Amino acid sequence: MKKVKADPKGVLTGAHYMDGDFAIAEGALAAGCRFFAGYPITPSTETAERFVERIPFVGGVFIQMEDEIASVTALIGASWAGKKAMTVTSGPGFSLMMENIGLAAMMEAPIVIANVQRGGPSTGLPTLVGQQDMMQVRWGSHGDYKIIALSPDSPQECFDLTIQAFNLSETYRVPTFIMTDECVGHMHEKVVIPPADKIEVVERKWYEGPKDKYLPYKPDKDMIPFMVKAGDGYRFHTTGLTHDERGYPVINAECQDWCVRHLNDKITKNADKIIKYEEEQTDHAEVVVVSYGITSRVAYRAVQLARKAGIKVGTLRLITVWPFPEKRIKALAQKVKAFVVPEINYGQMVLEVERAAAGKAPAIHVPHCGGGVHNPEDVFSVIKEAAK
Amino acid sequence: MTKDVERFEPKNPMEDFLRMDRIPHIWCSGCGIGVVLTSFVDALRKSEIDLNKVAVVSGIGCTGRVAGYVKLDSYHSTHGRAIPFATGLKLGNPELQVVVFSGDGDLVGIGGNHFVHAARRNMDILVICVNNFNYAMTGGQVAATSPLNANLSTAPYGNFEYPFSLPYLADACGATYVARWTCLHIRRVTMSIQEAFQRKGFRFIEVIAPCVTLYARRNRLGDGLNLLKYYHDNSEIRHGADTRTLDIGYQGKMIVGKFVDREKPPFLECMNTHLKKVLGDKYVPYGEQP
Repeated sequence: MKKVKADPKGVLTGAHYMDGDFAIAEGALAAGCRFFAGYPITPSTETAERFVERIPFVGGVFIQMEDEIASVTALIGASWAGKKAMTVTSGPGFSLMMENIGLAAMMEAPIVIANVQRGGPSTGLPTLVGQQDMMQVRWGSHGDYKIIALSPDSPQECFDLTIQAFNLSETYRVPTFIMTDECVGHMHEKVVIPPADKIEVVERKWYEGPKDKYLPYKPDKDMIPFMVKAGDGYRFHTTGLTHDERGYPVINAECQDWCVRHLNDKITKNADKIIKYEEEQTDHAEVVVVSYGITSRVAYRAVQLARKAGIKVGTLRLITVWPFPEKRIKALAQKVKAFVVPEINYGQMVLEVERAAAGKAPAIHVPHCGGGVHNPEDVFSVIKEAAK
Repeated sequence: MTKDVERFEPKNPMEDFLRMDRIPHIWCSGCGIGVVLTSFVDALRKSEIDLNKVAVVSGIGCTGRVAGYVKLDSYHSTHGRAIPFATGLKLGNPELQVVVFSGDGDLVGIGGNHFVHAARRNMDILVICVNNFNYAMTGGQVAATSPLNANLSTAPYGNFEYPFSLPYLADACGATYVARWTCLHIRRVTMSIQEAFQRKGFRFIEVIAPCVTLYARRNRLGDGLNLLKYYHDNSEIRHGADTRTLDIGYQGKMIVGKFVDREKPPFLECMNTHLKKVLGDKYVPYGEQP
């Protein structure tokens, strides 16, 4: 893994007023993404539209595929050709993508997918907000694998975290997700894009040894195997089947054990390096509000109301949602009365909080089934109850 | 006492093209896939193409295993998704000759939508489809290509669904090169692949191949040799035939040959030409070959 400065061609330095969807496209271009395959779906389409408008002046490809299955699969092909590649979608499209998210995980192909979440299930609420794919992103494709998912709470963070998503994806050779939502995606705010030389991007760890010695799945010291590009003369093989270090299929329990452990351990054992969260006033807190995305901004109003009422409330905003910061929750669980977890779903990340707290402190969910954000008063009243 | 003598060890003529450490392959004796693969290797050799710049993408199924045996950059993707994978690969590195090598179930059953759209947008890939009239890897189920009245494990009383005629489909969707052969026409298959390497755009070659273990056994058609005999007696070479006339009935006549060979700029060329025209010098061309 090598850190380099961003290619100035893709960086639109300056202060802008743009929405989260556009900021994702700008983040991708700044990160060096030069391949975008997508399929239109509300409320994410603006990212694709922004990318296709900009890419002719940067140098790269946008292709509108026939569906989301094809979009993700094309990313994997482009990734093996050496390109940084991304797509964007929402609920129904995300469901279609699951098949080949598994292929990307299995082939260890770095790709980035943004999900601008809307209300589900099924067609649900095409134009209205939801946070209901938080478990799907972790568990959606069949089999055991791990991914990285980030959740921005503002257009600025859409830009910043998209760059992070590419950097993490390239570092760990894993599909990486930007789990935003309709509110953040369509929210217009100031987005400051720094000069290219202030943006750090990760370059893929290319193999440079003798051609006949290349093993596409031999873990390096940091657990991550080296990559090569199609067309560079390595004439290597890769497959969605359970495979050995050579990338050859081996259909038995021993190889499966080696392969699956690797896909999971490379994330679990690097979790401390990956995980980012924002914490405030948790030192003496009785109650800690755990939230992410748009809900963290709504929850903050509730926290202000609670503090005014004399309740000691801390906040923990998840920036990395997967891998989940379970160590931090576990530590906090020793000293708080309760966690309050508002989410625009019927109970997803709260299950992780509950698991990490392991009975030391309750995790109280504040559900919202989608179509809008919480009323801060509702979250406030749950905080009040939790503090008793 | 005998001395070690240097033994003559003939080199397998396909050794430079195949992953010999993965041989023996999984295909049944009498299967036609190996024949098509041999023709492909032969075409690679005769074309004197830079093997470092050829990539093979397969989906899932018996033919899907080809990617695992060729000593090239080779990708064994998911069921039906070889074409979108190849699309990404080609667009990611436009100097590659990307070949999709897969079966009928993979390419026009589960992957049918990708097939029609890649042909429509004239993606610059060569698609070789081994058509054995059934889903063989899973045990001989009815396919989008199974002839009417053929017996399949999920059509145990005979197939009553109309099958696709693949050259007609490819032609209608805009393919620039369309040919059909059987496993008997090994020289023709080789020549077609060689010719297709020289062309641009979405190129499609169908090769009818025997599935001895499932399709032939269920239908009591005998072994591989019997099927080659059937191909011999019932195939007719008719270059340039109207693709609307190429339906294959159960054990019926098969029209083979080259049906389409036309020039049409592929996707990237269209993109570059169009954007240059519209945007002028501000446009940064992508992946243009010298």
